[in-house]
Amino acid sequence: MALSVDPGVWLAAFLTLCIFSFLYKDNLFYRIAEHLVVGVSAGYWLVILIRQTLVPYFVIPLFRERNWNVIPGPLGLFLLVIAAFLGILIFTRFSTRYSWLARIPIAIIWGIGAGFVIPLSLQTKVIRQLQASIIDLKTVGTWDGFNSLLVVIGVLSGLTYFFFSKAHKGAVGSVAKVGIWTLMIGFGATFGFTAMARISLLIGRMDFLLRDWLGIIK
Amino acid sequence: MRGFLAKVSQLDRRVIFLLMAVAVIIPLLFPAKLSVKVTPESKKVFDLVESLQPGDLFLLDMDYGPDTMAELEPMTYAIMRHAHRRGARLICMCLAATGVSLIESEIRTVAEERGMEYGRDYGYLGYRPYPAAVILSMGQDIRQSFPIDYYGTRLDSLPIFRNVKNYRDFKFVLSVNATSGVDAWIMYGKERYNFPLAIGVTAVMAADYYNYLQSGQIVGILGGLKGAAEYETLLGEGERATIWMNIQSICHLLIVVLIIIGNIAFMAGKKDQS
Repeated sequence: MALSVDPGVWLAAFLTLCIFSFLYKDNLFYRIAEHLVVGVSAGYWLVILIRQTLVPYFVIPLFRERNWNVIPGPLGLFLLVIAAFLGILIFTRFSTRYSWLARIPIAIIWGIGAGFVIPLSLQTKVIRQLQASIIDLKTVGTWDGFNSLLVVIGVLSGLTYFFFSKAHKGAVGSVAKVGIWTLMIGFGATFGFTAMARISLLIGRMDFLLRDWLGIIK
Repeated sequence: MRGFLAKVSQLDRRVIFLLMAVAVIIPLLFPAKLSVKVTPESKKVFDLVESLQPGDLFLLDMDYGPDTMAELEPMTYAIMRHAHRRGARLICMCLAATGVSLIESEIRTVAEERGMEYGRDYGYLGYRPYPAAVILSMGQDIRQSFPIDYYGTRLDSLPIFRNVKNYRDFKFVLSVNATSGVDAWIMYGKERYNFPLAIGVTAVMAADYYNYLQSGQIVGILGGLKGAAEYETLLGEGERATIWMNIQSICHLLIVVLIIIGNIAFMAGKKDQS
């Protein structure tokens, strides 16, 4: 057993115990740790964004190299300045008089975002998923075929459950009931995965306390 | 019996927390040896890395921070060790701001352990914001998003980056991810540029991505600690994830027992009331 002599490990262990103390009841130590997480995360994020984005994307090409590798020449530098200006406009949100200016960069971001998202989203999440729910006739009579059939039944019954223009009675009601069961199985799987994820995090912290801090585990 | 069940239904939740802590600590101190069954989806990820030939290059994206490192770190360690064993080269990157330094230390740990040389055997691009824009622009030229690497070195001055232009120069992309960046990789990466994509995600996210496996949009999926343990089993290096997965099994058993007892107590209480 070798207790850690690293002050960073001691601080991390103390903050871990502060967070765990909430399991007994809400207390001052928990709240201190909680506020620290928020503050440190925001500060860390800011530094990373400056170091990893503002400096290599803007400061170095504009002031040191006087060249932007994506579009070389004066045009590239001009576009960089325009982009920086649009970025600065976001901060006009803090002024009641000029806050309308912030809408310009936001509109550009939304426009470009929508242009990319809509066609690719349809392709990825609708068309390709629909294709995947079609049974391949070559697989009929095999386990793959059976799985495909289950997928088709699950998709159709699930969609029927969310079809509210007709009362869920008779045949529609029966199919919708299969849809509910399909959804419940899906939720059950998600719950199982969630429990596993949370326990993993607990194991990770316990391992840190016992191995890195207390040195009980080798 | 009725008295016991009545007590159970009034049980202080802190007792459950204590039981859970005991269920984690004891197996951590005295590791159990339970078998890990390998699922086809994890095997597919393993086979993808196993297919690498010496000198082959692949892109390893690692988008997670300290909050999810317990689940995903064992996975990335296993993948990096496997890649090194195959003699492959890897370029790493991060699209999660809170993870950029953590990822760097993880890469360095494996590199030091296996004697990998920076710039020749592996490279680290670092972090850029807005995953969708980064993934899209990398399809044209990775230098558009990453003119320099994490350490501020120009990409062309490092041998590993010299002949790399876009996704076509990688055998495949493997994204170990705890963010919605997985959707971006599938949507803007795989669908737009059509390269083999495998993912490793937290257990919470795993259920949401199985449909992409069914549709063939991803090659394989590693789900949380279980996925990492399966990968370690296939690699023959049963390390942290395998030990932790054994602890998981004990905890799951405890949860199942508590759910059964809780339900019996609830139903007994209801019967008494009626």
